Amino acid sequence: MSLLQIENLSLAIHKTPILKGVTFGIEPGEIVAVTGESGSGKSMTALAVMGLLPERMEARGAIRLDGQDLLTLSEAQMCRVRGQSVGMVFQEPMTALNPVKTIGDQVAETILVHKAMPPDQARARAREVLDRVGLPAERFPLSRYPHELSGGQRQRVVIAMAIALRPKLLIADEPTTALDVTTQAQILDLLKGLVADFGMGMLMITHDLAVVADMADRIVVMRHGEVMEQGPTRRLLAEMNHPYTRKLFAASTHKVDLPPPPPPAPLLEVREVVRDYRLPRTRLFAQPGTYRAVKGVSFTLNRGERLGLVGESGCGKSTLTRAILGLEPVQGGQILLDGEPVLTGTAPNLKVRRKMQVVFQDPFGSFNPRHRVDRLITEPFHLLDAPPTGRAREAAIGEALEAVGLRASDSRKYIHEFSGGQRQRIAIARALIIRPELILFDEAVSALDVSVRAQILDLLAELCRAYNLTYLFISHDLSVVRTVTDRVMVMQSGEIVEQGVTQEVFDNPAHPYTQKLIAAAPVLPEPEALRERLS
Amino acid sequence: MLRYSLKRLLSLIISLVIASLVIFAVIEVAPGDPASFMLGVNAQPDTVAALRTELGLDVPKWQRYLTWVGGMVQGEFGTSYTYRTPVTQMVADRLVVSLPLALYALTLSTLIAFPAGIYAAARRGKAGDVAVMGATQLGVAVPNFWFAMMMVLIFAINLRWFSAGGFAGWDKGFLLAMKSLTLPAISLALPQAAILARVMRSALLDILGEDFMRTARAKGLSRRQALWRHGVRNAMIPVLTILGLQFSFLLAGAIIIENVFYLPGLGRLVFQAISSRDLIVVESVVMLLVFAVITVNFVVDLAYAAVDPRLRART
Repeated sequence: MSLLQIENLSLAIHKTPILKGVTFGIEPGEIVAVTGESGSGKSMTALAVMGLLPERMEARGAIRLDGQDLLTLSEAQMCRVRGQSVGMVFQEPMTALNPVKTIGDQVAETILVHKAMPPDQARARAREVLDRVGLPAERFPLSRYPHELSGGQRQRVVIAMAIALRPKLLIADEPTTALDVTTQAQILDLLKGLVADFGMGMLMITHDLAVVADMADRIVVMRHGEVMEQGPTRRLLAEMNHPYTRKLFAASTHKVDLPPPPPPAPLLEVREVVRDYRLPRTRLFAQPGTYRAVKGVSFTLNRGERLGLVGESGCGKSTLTRAILGLEPVQGGQILLDGEPVLTGTAPNLKVRRKMQVVFQDPFGSFNPRHRVDRLITEPFHLLDAPPTGRAREAAIGEALEAVGLRASDSRKYIHEFSGGQRQRIAIARALIIRPELILFDEAVSALDVSVRAQILDLLAELCRAYNLTYLFISHDLSVVRTVTDRVMVMQSGEIVEQGVTQEVFDNPAHPYTQKLIAAAPVLPEPEALRERLS
Repeated sequence: MLRYSLKRLLSLIISLVIASLVIFAVIEVAPGDPASFMLGVNAQPDTVAALRTELGLDVPKWQRYLTWVGGMVQGEFGTSYTYRTPVTQMVADRLVVSLPLALYALTLSTLIAFPAGIYAAARRGKAGDVAVMGATQLGVAVPNFWFAMMMVLIFAINLRWFSAGGFAGWDKGFLLAMKSLTLPAISLALPQAAILARVMRSALLDILGEDFMRTARAKGLSRRQALWRHGVRNAMIPVLTILGLQFSFLLAGAIIIENVFYLPGLGRLVFQAISSRDLIVVESVVMLLVFAVITVNFVVDLAYAAVDPRLRART
């Protein structure tokens, strides 16, 4: 008998189907990955197993855990199952812990709420599981608060809470999506180790095929609430029977066709740039200390070139981006665009500013929801001395929208009428409308599904061909940087530790940190190689 | 935590000094002579001159400020011009009514608002929530003196459980004194409780949407357990802010209720002092209220830190 058997599970909200006849199972000690794009119903499947579906959502079918149908249990009975028989780890470790309670209390709570042990034993067990997830007592006493831990450490605490009672089934919903690659690799290792040690079954939800390729025993591919294909990982990736699986795979490994860069002529010059932040005073009248986020960074970005900047969170890449945009003063060095400084004194130099634009990560948060698209994308016009009006303005809006694959008639719509991918196209239109020379992309495709991401990357390649654009592409995602840039820089703790032609850096990383990053990044196996090994 | 408290204490002292300068400037230095203002337009020039000497208006301003502040630090507020009695004594007499009344009202409002707000949040959108929200809407809209008059009508005139007004005095025994403060305290507390309950509800609803509440449910906590163990404490920050503001209001803003119930409180003292142009009393009571407000804010700041460890760390 399977540990978990989901049979013909259907979900609907207000008659709109969310899941349609989902069926799959998990054996003890087995890792099953459910993958698919946003809206595929993968997270809803996980929440259905936990009995934590949004209100008014009715589940039909059966979810059997050790033969017991969870859908027939009362809420009180489900409370006993949660945390005891099924543990769950969530995507966002920064907010998954209660900020006003210590980590010890929060881990022990799992044990205490099920009355599994008396309080002192529960605390001892909490200590034990925190040790097990890699948070040793010397550095991580039970009295620590979540805000004193990093994202990866917080995720370890969440995992400790989930496994404190040795559940039979662990559900992990995008457990590493919010983490850096090296941290991601550690957390995945930890999860694998726990499954092996405790003989748990694990249901892992992820949008990233590469993450599960060398980890899951079986893969379930979902789309629009339906299972498209499922099977043992290697066989599934080798055969890819369903067209959607092939499409997903192709999008994940999508290669962009970039035009060759023109002969080198500097556009953006960053010379010995230093950015210090003031720290809070330690004593009342003491000089406040400073934290150096960017430590004397120098590089040149040539006209028409696509340059990548990679590094983990906190390495200073976003600070550097803001400094280049003239949004923050620098404490040393110079930033020149086309030979002119981006900042005159502390005010941005408008003549320089209009030559560059930026596209940010979050397609949902970076637009004012009360403005229409035409107003949103014409915002950069304030940088111009004589912004176009009337007919010329209309024409500029229409052209920018059509350049990014939307229609001119979309200009009277509000932003909530667009999907994530369309919003990112609008963000690009907003950058494009004043015909800048340089566009900075700050994690611009990180929040998008793989197939949408592939389309946006193609669009970027098209645009740089059509408009002679120069790109600075900031990202933590190595596979994206690899396909969309000519040259790449690797940043660590405020310094650029390695730079060179993208292909060469990825094939022969020289700096140990680059090597570590590349080794940690999950890679999809080649289907041909898998097929050979299978036969 | 100690460093945080010391920092807050320092900011308290600085606020007090600035507040005293502002009050002094507004009342004594602003255009117009306090002595002729206090005596009115028809006063004789020699009477004004005599008052100027009595008030010490003929010495330099900075010296007057220091004398005033120095006096207050020693608990010496000067002598009321109208009543010819020490202001300290007058204020103290009123404070024994106003302070207990404010605390009483605040306690009642908390006791009503917390359960009501938590209950409404837990049953969001259901009948219980709608009922509580309707009641608080009424509580916010209806002025407190109307509650006061209704209560006098019901409990004093019809049922004869309480007296319709006046203060028994603490020397008549604690219970009797508290009894005469009960109707005023309830009338003061109802509108405050309505506001507080709404703040509690919306703060909790924000918290209920947080990721860590879902984590708590995944551990096996029931909806109610998650709300109490993880929700309430996180919702306390906005609630404490409102609570602090309300206490300051209750201390000085009870003037209408004091009049309805004929209570000898601070509000009526200020009102009388302003009508009789007794600047010395006005100045002292205003300073005292500022002191109370700033001290309450200090206590609220400490309470923030007790609730939220992140504030302790930031200092």
